[in-house]
Amino acid sequence: MPDRSQSGTVNRRHFLAAVGGAAAGGAATLPSPGDAATALAAEAAEARDPRALHTVTLTVNGQDHRLSLDARASLLDTLRDRLGLTGTKKGCDHGQCGACTVLVDGRRELSCLRLAVMAQGHQVTTIEGLAPAPDTLHPMQQAFIDQDAFQCGYCTPGQILSAVACVKEGHAGDDDQIREYMSGNVCRCAAYPNIIAAIRQAKTEMEA
Amino acid sequence: MQPFLFDRADSVTEALRAAPDATVVAGGTNLVDYMRLGVVSPKHLVDINGLSQETAALGRITLDHQGLRLGALVRMAEAEDHPGIRARYPVLADSLALAASRQIRTMASLGGNLLQRTRCEYFREASWPCNKRRPGSGCAALDGLNRQHAVLGTSDACIATYPGDMAQALLVLDAQVELTGPRGVRLVPVAKVHRQPGTTPYLETTLAPDELITALVVPASPWSWRSRYVKVRDRRSYAFALASAAVALDLESGRVKQARIALGGVATVPWRAEAAEAALVGKPLDEGAARVAADAAFAGARTRAHNAFKVPLGQEVLVQALLQAGALQPPPPTSRNGVTHA
Repeated sequence: MPDRSQSGTVNRRHFLAAVGGAAAGGAATLPSPGDAATALAAEAAEARDPRALHTVTLTVNGQDHRLSLDARASLLDTLRDRLGLTGTKKGCDHGQCGACTVLVDGRRELSCLRLAVMAQGHQVTTIEGLAPAPDTLHPMQQAFIDQDAFQCGYCTPGQILSAVACVKEGHAGDDDQIREYMSGNVCRCAAYPNIIAAIRQAKTEMEA
Repeated sequence: MQPFLFDRADSVTEALRAAPDATVVAGGTNLVDYMRLGVVSPKHLVDINGLSQETAALGRITLDHQGLRLGALVRMAEAEDHPGIRARYPVLADSLALAASRQIRTMASLGGNLLQRTRCEYFREASWPCNKRRPGSGCAALDGLNRQHAVLGTSDACIATYPGDMAQALLVLDAQVELTGPRGVRLVPVAKVHRQPGTTPYLETTLAPDELITALVVPASPWSWRSRYVKVRDRRSYAFALASAAVALDLESGRVKQARIALGGVATVPWRAEAAEAALVGKPLDEGAARVAADAAFAGARTRAHNAFKVPLGQEVLVQALLQAGALQPPPPTSRNGVTHA
């Protein structure tokens, strides 16, 4: 069950609304019960501190981490700065480059656009957790090495996680389809032909 | 990013109670970006993703003889991959598959996508004047770099383009939006959801502040399979439309009985081109008729310094969409007669 002790639910807000309303004693002067509820809710919301930390349990690479988080923290920054998982890269921080791609419940997402408080209850997989066991590589990682599918390597963790999802979705049927479904991962070194070769190699192994 | 209160709503009722003074978030792909840029600074965010636990229909795709119902929390990628949608509503599947990147489509909800906000660079960068972002401050795009801006539905206050793709597909499928609010549930045609900027570009939709999109409802139609979405971008993939066209055609012996046309990338709102539709009725669907319709579609265009190219481009995109739709073959009968593809 999600922990709501800090982050609260709308229910908790309404409880606070009732308390706040009693303290203010202003409900009787309001024109209708609906307006009163809205006004009280707004008042209660004001009484809460938007900077208060939220207690969140994140499940990353199969491990639970209990964290106190600012609601503004992205999943990306939380992975890197709080959990030390710096394999996930920050490129544009606006969902345009794909460097921060991770798997959430097995599907590829941009960790820069997901608030960490909204990742609770989901299974997050980063490049550090992709291989089946320590000192082994996922077939996609091995294929990127075999096919020389990177130069500077900055986009590579995002490329690899995106590629794993691309194969699992069934969108790696041919080179054109791979190009289309990998278009969310930008490579400024332009290793694209080798990335396609790597995905084709790994696809064969993943589907064997 | 400014601090905000964060809550999770567990029921539609809870979400609605919070709605007037809170901003709801589902996929967050548009909202979190704009919060980070300082374009919007909600004081209170309510995460509605938990609603599909209480109300499963919010996260479900239903396809039967009455048509298609897409829960508002269905993700773009889920609808894009649905075999029944691909067969019976190809314009919808195409509009989704050609939008954004697969990562974004995996995250973005259909309800949120419909309300996606403009990509106008003067809206996105908070230091510029923008009547949409800061009412009354002026429009920097009018005499600025306006290559990506709209030529249809503009005003002296705003020329920002509606950036989405799916809305145009929904328009040609005569789709409706199911809105749930304290006064109950109402269905509104997609065509009535977005407002042209006029003198109030900051008012973007006709939704009430306490209403939630709970579903998109697409009626069954015997000719929705003859539909197509064509999109032209600065690059082959993962870009917003410079011009796009959604079309659906009812043909009889090669002649147009009915046509639906909507344009994207060229207008301030998802743009239904009714004059172009009327120009096609009764005509054989050939290139000549398509070009007459394309001329009609852009008859009211108002161009600025850098976006005049969108008129001939948009016309060509529409001609291609019409001819491609006309050449489509019907799907196998099992896909047409109401079998649900789960």
